[in-house]
Amino acid sequence: MTTFIIRRLLQAIPVLIGVTILVFSLMHLTPGNPAVIMAGESAPQATVQAIEERLGLNDPLHIQYFNFLGNALQLDLGTSIRDNIPVFDHVQSRFLITLELSVYSMIFAIVLGLLAGIVSAVRQYTISDVVIMIVALFGLSMPNFWLGLMLIQWFSINLGWFSPTGWGDPDQIVLPVIALGTAGAAIIARMTRSSMLDVISQDYIRTARAKGVKERVVIFRHALKNAMIPVVTVIGLQFGYFLAGSVLTESVFAINGLGRLIIDSILQRDFPVVQGAILVIAVTFVLVNLAVDISYRFLNKRIDLN
Amino acid sequence: MAVASKERIRDTKPVNPRVKSMKDFYKRLKKNKSALIGFYILVFFFIVSIFGALDANYGFTGISSNATSLTEKLEGPSAAHWFGTDHLGRDIFIRIIHGMYITLGVGFAATFLAGLVGVPLGILAGYYGGWLDTIIMRLMDVLLAFPGILLALAIVSVLGGSTINVTIAIAIGAVPQFARIVRGSTLTTKKLEYVDAIRALGARDGKIIFQHILPNIMSPIIVNTTLFIATAILSAAGLSFLGLGVQPPTPEWGAMLNDGRNYMYQAGHITFFPGMMIVIVVLAFNLFGDGLRDALDPKFKK
Repeated sequence: MTTFIIRRLLQAIPVLIGVTILVFSLMHLTPGNPAVIMAGESAPQATVQAIEERLGLNDPLHIQYFNFLGNALQLDLGTSIRDNIPVFDHVQSRFLITLELSVYSMIFAIVLGLLAGIVSAVRQYTISDVVIMIVALFGLSMPNFWLGLMLIQWFSINLGWFSPTGWGDPDQIVLPVIALGTAGAAIIARMTRSSMLDVISQDYIRTARAKGVKERVVIFRHALKNAMIPVVTVIGLQFGYFLAGSVLTESVFAINGLGRLIIDSILQRDFPVVQGAILVIAVTFVLVNLAVDISYRFLNKRIDLN
Repeated sequence: MAVASKERIRDTKPVNPRVKSMKDFYKRLKKNKSALIGFYILVFFFIVSIFGALDANYGFTGISSNATSLTEKLEGPSAAHWFGTDHLGRDIFIRIIHGMYITLGVGFAATFLAGLVGVPLGILAGYYGGWLDTIIMRLMDVLLAFPGILLALAIVSVLGGSTINVTIAIAIGAVPQFARIVRGSTLTTKKLEYVDAIRALGARDGKIIFQHILPNIMSPIIVNTTLFIATAILSAAGLSFLGLGVQPPTPEWGAMLNDGRNYMYQAGHITFFPGMMIVIVVLAFNLFGDGLRDALDPKFKK
C-alpha cells in the first residue's frame, strides 16, 4: 500500500510540471507585450523598459519559466497588472468561496444522486425508475448557467424566496448549489443505478436473499458497498467539473469567487491573475484526484496494488 | 415447401459480416425507442438548421435576425413573435432558427477536430506502447488536469473570442478523452488472436491498424463522438454566455442568453427560449448516444 501511494505521488509530479508549463506558455503566447499592457499604451519607452526589467521579460524563456516555477512553489504567483496586489492575495480570498460552492454542490449531488440511483435500481422498470431516469437525462443536458437563470426567475423574481445574487447567507447559497450540483447529481444517479443493477444480479446477493436476510439489509449492507466502487471514481471527477463549472455559476449569481475573478481578469487582460487562478484550480483538481485514487484503493481491496 | 427451399438458398449465400452487423445494429437501435426519438429530433433540427443557415446568409424569406424594432421591445410571446422579442425588438424565434447552424456546427466541428487528433494519438499509444505510449498519455494527463470548460477558457483568453477560436479551444480540451478511449480499445483489440495471426503472416503495421484495428474500435469512437457533441454544445454556449465565445450580434444561443440576463425582471422569456433549445438539442444527442451505446456495446446487450 505504501509503495502504491509513493508511486502515485511520484506520478503526479510530471503532470503538475506539465500543468505549470502549459499555464506559463499561455501568458507568453498572449498577443501584445505585457509590459506595454501594464504601463498603458501611451507610456514612455523608459517606463516600459523598467517594467520589462522588473518582470524579467528580457530573460530567455526557460529562465523565465524556472523563475515562475520557483516563485509558484513559494506561493508567489506574481502581481496583478490592474492593481499591483500580489496575485496570491487575489486568489486566496476568492478560492475559499469557490471551494465552498463546490463542496456544497458536491454534497447536494452525492446525496440526491445516490438516493435517486438506489431507488431507480431497486425499483427497476417501475414508474419511479422511469421518472428518475428522465429527470436525470434532463439534468445532464441542462447548461448549469441556464438552470441558474431559471431558478432566479422562479424563486427570486417571481416568488421572492431566495436572494438572486451574492454568497454567504443561507438564502444566497441554495440556488447556486442547485444550479451547479444538478448535472453532477444526474451523473451520479445514472452511475449508481447501473452499478447497483450489476451488483444486484450477482450470486452472493441471491444467496443473501435466500438466507432470508431482510431486503433493506441486502440493499444497503451487501449491495451498496460494492456498487459504490465505480461511483467513487465518478465523484472524484465531478469535483473538478464543479470547480470549473463554478465559473459559469458564479457569473450568473454574481458570486465573487475564483471563476468570476478569472472572467473579470480575462476581460481586463490582467494575465498574471488569469494564470494564477487557472493554475490553482488545475493543481487542486490533480490533488483531489490523487486523494480519490488513493482512498479508492483503500475501499476496494480486491484491486491489485501493483 | 417452396418457401423452405428458398430459405435454404438464401442461407447458403455468403453474408458479409459487417453488413449483417449493420442490420443487426439497426434492428437493435429500432427497438430502443428513446434513441429513435433522439435520432428523429436530430434529423429535424439538422434540416431546420440548413434552412436557417441559408436564410440567415442569403435571406430568401426576407426576414433578418438582426432587424430591430423600437416599438416592439421586450414583448412576450405572441402570434406575430412566437418566442417574443428581445431588448432591441428582435424576434427571438427567428434568431433561434438562424443561429441553430452555429450551435450544431461548433459542436460537430469541435468534436471532429478532437477526433482527428485524438484517435491517431490513442492508436499510436495503444498499438506501439512503450515510451511513445508514456509520452502521449502523460501529455494527455496534463490536458486532463484542466477540468471541463477551464482549458477552453484559458485558450480563448489567449486567442480571443470568435466562432473559430471557440471551436479550436473546445477541440483541444476534448483530445485527451478520445485518445484515452481509443488507446484502451486498441489495447484490447491488439491482443486478439487473429491480429497475432495476421502479424505472423507478415502484415505491416499500417495495414493491421487501418484494416483490422480501426474497424474494430469504431463503435466506442462513434458512441463517444455522439455524446461529446452534446458536451461541446454546452461548452460553446457557456463560453458565449460569458462573452468570451461567439460575439454578438451573431444569434448564437449562449450569447442570446447573455443578452437576456439584464432584462430578467421585465422579460424572462428572453432567457427562457434559447436555453430551452440548448436543452432539447443536447438531450437529443444524449438520447441518441445512449441508444447507440446500447446497440453497439456488447456489454450493454440485454
